[in-house]
Amino acid sequence: MQASDRFNINSQLEHLQAKYVGTGHADLNRFEWAVNIQRDSYASYIGHYPMLAYFAIAENESIGRERYNFMQRMLLPCGLPPEREED
Amino acid sequence: MYLYSLTLQRATGVVCAINGSFVGGKTQEIVVARGKTLDLLRPDDAGKIQTLHSVEVFGAIRSLAQFRLTGSQKDYVVVGSDSGRIVILEYSKEKNCFDKVHQETFGKSGCRRIVPGQYLAVDPKGRAVMIAACEKQKLVYVLNRDTAARLTISSPLEAHKSHTITYSIAGVDCGFDNPVFAAIELDYSEADQDSTGQAAAEAQKHLTFYELDLGLNHVSRKWTEPIDNGANLLVTVPGGGDGPSGVLVCAENFVIYKNQGHPDVRAVIPRRADLPAERGVLIVSAATHRQKSMFFFLLQTEYGDIFKVTLDHEGDRVTELKIKYFDTIPVTSSMCVLKAGFLFAASEFGNHALYQFQAIGDGDDVEASSATLMETDEGFQPVFFSPRGLKNLIRIDHIESLMPVMDMKVMNLFEEETPQIFTLCGRGPRSSLRILRPGLAVSEMAVSQLPGVPHAVWTVKKNVNDEFDAYIVVSFANATLVLSIGETVEEVSDSGFLDTTPSLAVSLLGDDSLMQVHPNGIRHIREDGRVNEWKTPGKKTIVKVGSNRLQVVIALSGGELIYFEIHMTGQLMEVEKHEMPGDVACLDIAPVPEGRQRSRFLAVGSYDNTIRILSLDPDDCMQILSVQSVSSPPESLLLLEVQASTGGEDGADHPASVFLNAGLQNGVLFRTVVDMVTGQLSDTRSRFLGLRAPKLFSARVRGRQAMLCLSSRPWLGYIHQGHFLLTPLSYETLEYAASFSSDQCAEGVVAVAGDALRVFTIERLGETFNETVIPLRYTPRKFVLQPKRKNLIIIESDQGAFTAEEREAARKELLEAAQVGENGNANNGEQMENGAGGGDDEEDPLSDEQYGYPKAEADRWVSCIRVLDPRTGNTTCLLELQDNEAAFSVCTVNFHDKEYGTLLAVGTAKGLQFWPKRTLAAGFIHIYKFVDEGRSLELVHKTKVEGVPLALCQFQGRLLAGIGPILRLYDLGRRRLLRKCENKLFPNTIVSIHTYRDRIYVGDMQESFHYCKYRRDENQLYIFADDSVPRWLTASHHIDFDTMAGADKFGNVYFVRLPQDVSDEIEEDPTGGKIKWEQGKLNGAPNKVEEIVQFHVGDVVACLQKASLIPGGGECVLYGTVMGSLGALLAFTSREDVDFFSHLEMHMRQEHPPLCGRDHMAFRSAYFPVKDVIDGDLCEQFPTLPPDLQRKIADELDRTPGEILKKLEEFRNKII
Repeated sequence: MQASDRFNINSQLEHLQAKYVGTGHADLNRFEWAVNIQRDSYASYIGHYPMLAYFAIAENESIGRERYNFMQRMLLPCGLPPEREED
Repeated sequence: MYLYSLTLQRATGVVCAINGSFVGGKTQEIVVARGKTLDLLRPDDAGKIQTLHSVEVFGAIRSLAQFRLTGSQKDYVVVGSDSGRIVILEYSKEKNCFDKVHQETFGKSGCRRIVPGQYLAVDPKGRAVMIAACEKQKLVYVLNRDTAARLTISSPLEAHKSHTITYSIAGVDCGFDNPVFAAIELDYSEADQDSTGQAAAEAQKHLTFYELDLGLNHVSRKWTEPIDNGANLLVTVPGGGDGPSGVLVCAENFVIYKNQGHPDVRAVIPRRADLPAERGVLIVSAATHRQKSMFFFLLQTEYGDIFKVTLDHEGDRVTELKIKYFDTIPVTSSMCVLKAGFLFAASEFGNHALYQFQAIGDGDDVEASSATLMETDEGFQPVFFSPRGLKNLIRIDHIESLMPVMDMKVMNLFEEETPQIFTLCGRGPRSSLRILRPGLAVSEMAVSQLPGVPHAVWTVKKNVNDEFDAYIVVSFANATLVLSIGETVEEVSDSGFLDTTPSLAVSLLGDDSLMQVHPNGIRHIREDGRVNEWKTPGKKTIVKVGSNRLQVVIALSGGELIYFEIHMTGQLMEVEKHEMPGDVACLDIAPVPEGRQRSRFLAVGSYDNTIRILSLDPDDCMQILSVQSVSSPPESLLLLEVQASTGGEDGADHPASVFLNAGLQNGVLFRTVVDMVTGQLSDTRSRFLGLRAPKLFSARVRGRQAMLCLSSRPWLGYIHQGHFLLTPLSYETLEYAASFSSDQCAEGVVAVAGDALRVFTIERLGETFNETVIPLRYTPRKFVLQPKRKNLIIIESDQGAFTAEEREAARKELLEAAQVGENGNANNGEQMENGAGGGDDEEDPLSDEQYGYPKAEADRWVSCIRVLDPRTGNTTCLLELQDNEAAFSVCTVNFHDKEYGTLLAVGTAKGLQFWPKRTLAAGFIHIYKFVDEGRSLELVHKTKVEGVPLALCQFQGRLLAGIGPILRLYDLGRRRLLRKCENKLFPNTIVSIHTYRDRIYVGDMQESFHYCKYRRDENQLYIFADDSVPRWLTASHHIDFDTMAGADKFGNVYFVRLPQDVSDEIEEDPTGGKIKWEQGKLNGAPNKVEEIVQFHVGDVVACLQKASLIPGGGECVLYGTVMGSLGALLAFTSREDVDFFSHLEMHMRQEHPPLCGRDHMAFRSAYFPVKDVIDGDLCEQFPTLPPDLQRKIADELDRTPGEILKKLEEFRNKII
């Protein structure tokens, strides 16, 4: 790799994508985008305790259970991924 | 518009709590994170929880951990927050504050998915700390000591793993080997790729051990093994000689012991017998108790049951894991076991409690064990138990918590001087209506009737060294009554006091003699019983007296002052006379300073609206040192000496000073500083206290001088954490008061009012509000006031619970099965009604408040409508909704045909379900009429609608309802409501409706406000303006014709206003902007409202209300939050104040950055940039700064620190 390659836009982007989960790319599909948004949302709900409490009141569950449910939903937040088109 | 934001009641809920020796030494303290604030609590010797320190950190605290360096006596606090930084705090006893020892930045700020801060784990030997995020990132910091024994922190070591969700982390106790951290992880990378769902179904949680190699300074994945897929929590097991090491993995229904190279030891968590089969049992909080010889764990389930977990082990081999039912307490967010035998339980919702251990669960109870684990075809066989009354714990104290505030109204229903705040708090069986009053709570110790109407009361000791008072002396119009204080309080006649005359003053004189001043002279009673009488010359009478222990000044009618001192022989000697220009209104002498012969200052108030300071020094005796003119004749004076303080447990640095306090006849308390040398007066402040001239008395509070001011209500002035606070007492009007100290009551007050003598003490200093609690049945949703009878109508609903009849039946069955109670507890029905108060816990072994309602399937709802008389706290009518219906909205409505008068409309939903998709069987609007003088309700009819009516409002003699995205206007019919008009164009779900004149302000669940108009002639509802920002509304309030205040789910408060020109145009347009509306573009309204105020509170605001909390004060916007805090936003009235406070705020941001590393400006602008709001909470931290920093900031603002403090006090006083 040449020294100049380190600074071209693609390698910078790759670096960002490796470092920050959820950084988009040109071929991002609708599903991947939605999954990211959902995971970010759940992480935010878990991080903001008042919001977690707000959900817990709405669903009449304990806050601990609500946190666990949100963690569990991070696995498949938008259901199963669509089938890949062979390319 | 500029607003000043001030938190009135800090958050009362708890996010997490840890215990340790933070002060250093033997005592144990608890550090509690309440969202934005960090508190240090300590149970005192009497088992009452005291707050040592509380600080606002302007950031969200998400996790706490404590650690101790080996050989040290003191614990440090590690804070994981949304600042993208790890912060280590140390409590400084001298300064009474947390000092930031280290602050290391590792990532972006905010609660993000991959930025650590969510989890914290420390090595049990205090050598390293791990901080982790929900996903991917884990950082390990090595902690050490430098040569000066200061704590050092290394640069972070990464233990990241991409595509991995972390559920919990814990430190593994492996003695002095390399530190090891355990984590529950789940890899999702394959599930994201596999469209068949097979990978997702096979996704497996792993327990991973990370080892920190201290020699190589490197973290490696040491060991990883699949674990139960329900795992959610790790608990460290003691090791290194004290135990087998390893971790307890808490999973749904199981607790599993795991360690590297050790087979799993698994036991089931016992289930409540009445739990539906599809529900699991999840551990939500855990505490460990360690002694030298033994250890055990307390694990609490999501239903509130605590289990004691013990491990049988031989060396490092665990042979058996036992889970035994311990006790049941309300569900906690954190539990702390203290060495002194206390359990601190920080409740998720509702009051927190401190329990004392009676036993450690050695009795006979249901136990599950790894040895008896039975595996069948359907999985492991469950173990069942039924909760019982507390056996191992006993509750000894509680801390009040408003969490969550669901709804709030500020009204003066009781016709008191200040309005009351009615809040709906809590959840499920622990719900309550709390009536908050600004002021301190008073606990009355005794009330006794006196033979006449007294006008004054004093307490007096017999000897200066006595601890307690000897006599209470009560003066009537023509007599004096002496009561001696002993085992009982009784009248005595051998005290030497003259009882045939009224008294003007009674006090201790010298070391052991007593003085009684009456209109005709001074009676000096020596210790041996000799009595010296000094008589007034001629026909003059004494009108006013001022005295301390060694000096007496009397004022005779006509304005002559005579000054006496106690001679060395114990005689009272006349020293000096002085003629004042007119009659004296009041006098006071400061107490004798420590180690001095006399106090130097005499304050004299005259009817010519002046107060003079006179010298009492022998060289310039009775010289006037300074004169102060006041707005009205002074009624009462008090010179209050504030001792020098250098921090410590109660306060900031300040030198000794003397304050002159004057109660003026116009009801104002006037307060000024007296120069200790020259007697000059400076820095005056005044505050209106009430309709009567305040009378001032000195009192003692926590061993310090304090001041009682009796106006139309009593006030207490005292120093709390460095601030001088003047707070009302929630007590009736008092005539005269004196401090009181006896065996039973160390720091009390005795007072007269009417013909009664009252003794009371003041509780929980430093609190802004005191509360009266009325229990409710289910989670309260909303309430309205019935305008005529002033009753409250509250709607309550809960998901996933059994109806009252089903619960009653189950309870009976249970009681019969257990054969508890000889007479069968026949009053159970009443107990369920209204909760019957918390005091009945002992009688009712299974109160719902303690044990929670039994869980039902998630699609079942219970709900009730309650009519409550707030004056008595009695429920006059309670309608349980039948058939799975739940109430969500309520309003009172007067239909224009006036047949029924005021009616009540309640919006309900039947069979509502949120998950997996929001569905419902039907929605209804019930119409009730008030019967029995508004005490009861009768159903008129109910109308079926297609969605949940979340918002109802009266509008021009009709009813407006928001049903999903539809705004509909109803009229009252015979059998049902009649549709008159509707608009279906709202984007999502209508959650609030406010009306003013012909405008309708509709709040959408996701899309902020929509301004609508109704055209009667064309019978049309149309939207003429909306907001350009999506806002997830949680609360809204109508401010004025063009302005609405709202709060969103993310913790922001904002105001929107329709621009003036647009507003005028719409009002002038004969079509009301309708033509333009028809041309609306891009699915939006033709006009947009402008955001004029924006502020991040950092907590979900659940209710907003415009009100004034002080009589005659301006209105401010009050809000209540889910975490149980109350705050206010006050509009500035002058540009100068805005400039002053924005500069002060700027300097505070620079000089005093928040404790947990979050940038203040970034926090207040977390979602939208803060706009036109000054953060009063930050400004109010000014007095906690060191004096030189205070001066520096003050210099930059061209003021003195005193002026800044005065300004801060002034603004607080404008609000409360």
